[in-house]
Amino acid sequence: MVFFIITLIKLALIAFVLLTALAYLQWVERKVIAHVQVRMGPSRVGPHGLLQPLADVIKLITKEGVIPPHVNKFFYLGAPFLAVFMALISISVIPFGTQISAFGYTTQMQLTDVNVGLLVILAISSMGVYGIALAGWASNNKYSLLGGLRSSAQMISYELPLSLALAAPLLMVGTLSLREVVNGQAGFQLGFIPKWTIFSFPSPQIFSFLIFMIAAFAETNRVPFDLPEAENELVAGFHVEYSSMKFAAFFMAEYANMVTVCSVATLLFLGGWQPLWPVEYGSNFLAPAILFLAGAICIYHGINWARPLDKYTLPAFGVIFFLLAGLMAFPPVVPVLMPIFWFCAKLGILLFVFVWIRATLPRLRYDQLMGFAWKFLFPVALLNLLVTGLLVALFS
Amino acid sequence: MNLFFFLLFAIIAVVCAVSVVAQRHPISSALSLIGVMGSLAVLYLLLGAEFIATAQIIVYAGAVMVLFIFVIMLLNAGAEDRGGKRSLLASALGVPAIVALLGVLCYFVQRWFPNAGTVQFDAWRGGSAQAFGYALFTDYLLPFEVTSVLILIAIIGAIVLARKELD
Repeated sequence: MVFFIITLIKLALIAFVLLTALAYLQWVERKVIAHVQVRMGPSRVGPHGLLQPLADVIKLITKEGVIPPHVNKFFYLGAPFLAVFMALISISVIPFGTQISAFGYTTQMQLTDVNVGLLVILAISSMGVYGIALAGWASNNKYSLLGGLRSSAQMISYELPLSLALAAPLLMVGTLSLREVVNGQAGFQLGFIPKWTIFSFPSPQIFSFLIFMIAAFAETNRVPFDLPEAENELVAGFHVEYSSMKFAAFFMAEYANMVTVCSVATLLFLGGWQPLWPVEYGSNFLAPAILFLAGAICIYHGINWARPLDKYTLPAFGVIFFLLAGLMAFPPVVPVLMPIFWFCAKLGILLFVFVWIRATLPRLRYDQLMGFAWKFLFPVALLNLLVTGLLVALFS
Repeated sequence: MNLFFFLLFAIIAVVCAVSVVAQRHPISSALSLIGVMGSLAVLYLLLGAEFIATAQIIVYAGAVMVLFIFVIMLLNAGAEDRGGKRSLLASALGVPAIVALLGVLCYFVQRWFPNAGTVQFDAWRGGSAQAFGYALFTDYLLPFEVTSVLILIAIIGAIVLARKELD
């Protein structure tokens, strides 16, 4: 019974944090792209546009949901539901910290620790294609159909290098449970190089990591592989006939998939919640230092304000950052918060790379995309797996 | 709890399996087949075989059926036309014949395996990936290798057939 209640609480907490993070991820994306293109980005709703996600959600909920007359209604309505369901459910096996003990009860910071956790994520993500493919087909529109077809072909093709790239670090840690994968990457070699699979002896998994990230861009339909929704040739691709919340569901699924693939990359290649350098050299002070610096910058800009409202908003943010810094440095909560900090930091950096690349790279042509997957990425992933297997066999 | 989930997903599997045949549109049939695969995966999970369950989803629901759907969408196959009258003999004898066939099957299974017990939930705790791989490469090495060769032949055959069409 206690287990049931604890699980429900964890579920509610994770769902709340994830959904909020998804909404703000979109704000971050718009802001970052705007600054890359020397624009302001959202800045009207709330200070620095911080309430923009809320406004967007209200707008999308209250909008009229148009159902075109020529669609296959059952599949048309089911597809966005399927897409968002498959995208959100994979978060349940992702561990994001060690464990937490309160009132004599210990629970792991993860919803469920399946001993084939990684395969579960692969299985669920391979089911995610159906949402997009069905949306394209059920819309009964040639642009949607082309978008759906492209997306299925693209996801089938890129799943191969993606899985092969994941197999290489698994050879080194020797388990499929995500929690044990991270525990296997604890410790340091030569005293300071972390034992993450991307750095670790005998075969640093840098190539696997790059192959995985490239394939992940294609799996999540992100620029430069966003052919399914290429707006200059397909209008909006598979979701051209969708409006209001049904459109928002696809949007949410895309961001949730981004979070999932970045979490998998963090867990398998970047050591999950393992710190970048040993605790003896003060890695626990990084989080308070960063937050303190952020607070100080906010206070400074609040004093030397550029826009009238900055006088009030920036010092308020500064105080919040100072409080968070104090919390991060508070000894009793450090063993709980520090793993979460490291996990979120790595996840955040990878997500930023996703946004950064969207702002930087142009879209590939469709034949280039398929040729790249089959003629370059797949053979390279195979070779990488063979070399890793050889090195692991030689040195263990 | 286990029994409830078993009954639920067994019923879903059977309903989906009937729906594969009964649906008129190929996409609906293919989706029903995905429902069958998914329910089977849950049944494996109830037995405690997590690895087999995920492999079932990845291979059948994830890879094979995506290709089915892809081809159906690519050919843009429409709903099947069943306007023609069915044979009187088929509609009269169909259901009784199936029941008779199942009865005969049950009889022979009972006769050949008189000691077979019922399956227990969670009975198959050796379903982890390590145990599975170990069994595959020691006890079942020959069947495994033979299957690999068979699949290789199928791949080569597919390439040969596709090449012929390109020329």
